[in-house]
Amino acid sequence: MNIKENIKTLVIKKPLKLDCGKSINNFPLAYETYGSLNENKDNAILVFHALTGDQFVTGINPVTKKDGWWSYAVGPNKSIDTNKYFVICANVLGGCMGSYGPGHKNPDTNKIYGTDFPVITINDMVNAQVNLLDHFNIKKLFSVVGGSMGGMQVLQFISNYPDKACTVVPIACTSSHSAQNIAFNELGRQAIASDHNWSNGKYLSNNTLPDKGLSVARMAAHITYLSKKGLQEKFGRKLQERDALKFGFDADFQIESYLRYQGSVFVDRFDANSYLYITRAMDYFDLVGQFDGNLSNAFKKTRAKFFVISFTSDWLYPTQENKEIVIALNAIGADVGFVEIKSDKGHDSFLLDVPDFLKTLKNFLDKSYSER
Amino acid sequence: MKTEYKIIVDLIEEKTRVLDVGCDDGTLMESLKKNKNVDARGIEISKDKVQTCVSKGLTVIEGNAEFDLKQFPNDSFDYVVLGQTLQAFVNPEVVIKELLRVGKKTIITIPNFGNWKVRLNLLIKGTMPITKSLPNDWYNTPNIHMCTIKDFVKFSKIINFKIFKSLALTNRNISNINNSNLFYKNLFAELGIFLIEK
Repeated sequence: MNIKENIKTLVIKKPLKLDCGKSINNFPLAYETYGSLNENKDNAILVFHALTGDQFVTGINPVTKKDGWWSYAVGPNKSIDTNKYFVICANVLGGCMGSYGPGHKNPDTNKIYGTDFPVITINDMVNAQVNLLDHFNIKKLFSVVGGSMGGMQVLQFISNYPDKACTVVPIACTSSHSAQNIAFNELGRQAIASDHNWSNGKYLSNNTLPDKGLSVARMAAHITYLSKKGLQEKFGRKLQERDALKFGFDADFQIESYLRYQGSVFVDRFDANSYLYITRAMDYFDLVGQFDGNLSNAFKKTRAKFFVISFTSDWLYPTQENKEIVIALNAIGADVGFVEIKSDKGHDSFLLDVPDFLKTLKNFLDKSYSER
Repeated sequence: MKTEYKIIVDLIEEKTRVLDVGCDDGTLMESLKKNKNVDARGIEISKDKVQTCVSKGLTVIEGNAEFDLKQFPNDSFDYVVLGQTLQAFVNPEVVIKELLRVGKKTIITIPNFGNWKVRLNLLIKGTMPITKSLPNDWYNTPNIHMCTIKDFVKFSKIINFKIFKSLALTNRNISNINNSNLFYKNLFAELGIFLIEK
């Protein structure tokens, strides 16, 4: 683990009742901000990160020393323009970048939680993060924005706090995790659990790390973030630093080498137990179920303006699932726009340099801000 | 702005809820917002045009009217507008019924295939008519269900909807269509504009 200096933390004193029935209090929520809050405090955007993201949205991440996960979209003059908006992002509950998670000590036993940490839901995550509004004395956010699991938090947030945001931008997400989504997450969790070093989640006390398992989990997940066409065009059957097949099990193909690399760099920055907790939270996400099968009821109390974005080649959270959110909103006459962006970059499109997406997001936010 | 749009704006009452089906680049929606203070929503099939609308601050969803009107409840809009696209649908009958269901009132405009230039074109040349308002060849036209003003009036009786107002646009002149002048309007008008109800 890296030394986590430069991490801003809000200690949430009041008890938070979790969906699992347990309560937590006096727990840390790590966050970062970009840009500055204006006098009216009406230019704040709460960005929610995806499964393996963190609060370091843009610029250089002080822990990993790499670009923030949404550097393409967030920054001065970018889609989410930090010259104009005050951007807040928190590390989710259960995460491993400073917020309360399985790597923390259990105050009752003084031992690292591991899998004794309570199971977290998307609902718990947003209920923890809403405390940031009080902390900054913000009555109403200009926008809540997020892709993938961040989009799920966006939906849960506006459902829980219907008058706390003017605009709502769920990107490449779903209102209910599908069997296929759960299946892929389970594959990742089983990869971690089958690594001997995982030791039933007690690896931090044993000073061993389930690197192999976590990296296999990442490799499998990474495939789901890309599209077949994207992979084919980038790698095809190209060989890795060799002229011919070696008739062995080394990485003959570039795609193999690429996935191995993705797996190996991931374990340096991510905690295996956090991976279990956060994927579980995604699997438990079912906003449709929370409202007895009628998603429209999740949004009945809000007057916010929605803009839903999906990508043509995203097969993990396909357009149809995003459209179901639009349909539920139209059914109650809510203000909702929707666009499917053409891209070959799969689910990852929202994180990458996809000009149509970046331009559309900027246009929506800036226009809505000037007309607010 | 196109005369057609001016007529539509005139037909729509202030502060109403309007759905523009096939809203193109949002020109009509903008005008409706500005002149009639309406709550305008659009549905558009082209990604580029949806993005143009978003850049204008308009609320538009990308979708195909043939399938995507289902999501709107009955009577959820005061007006539904369909400008010159009825002829492009695979099943115009289903689309009209959906428009009438979703909107309390529906405004439909149709390029008139009964116009004398179109008739003459076919009569003299013996090939599928190509005119200013119908610029495509038969093999690449999106218009697969062309009709005339007279056809549309007949259609209202077949699937049983009421025509409250019918206007003809001829050389930028607007005139009323009624039973006694239908023959002439069908011969001379370039565009028919209808305000209909279920």
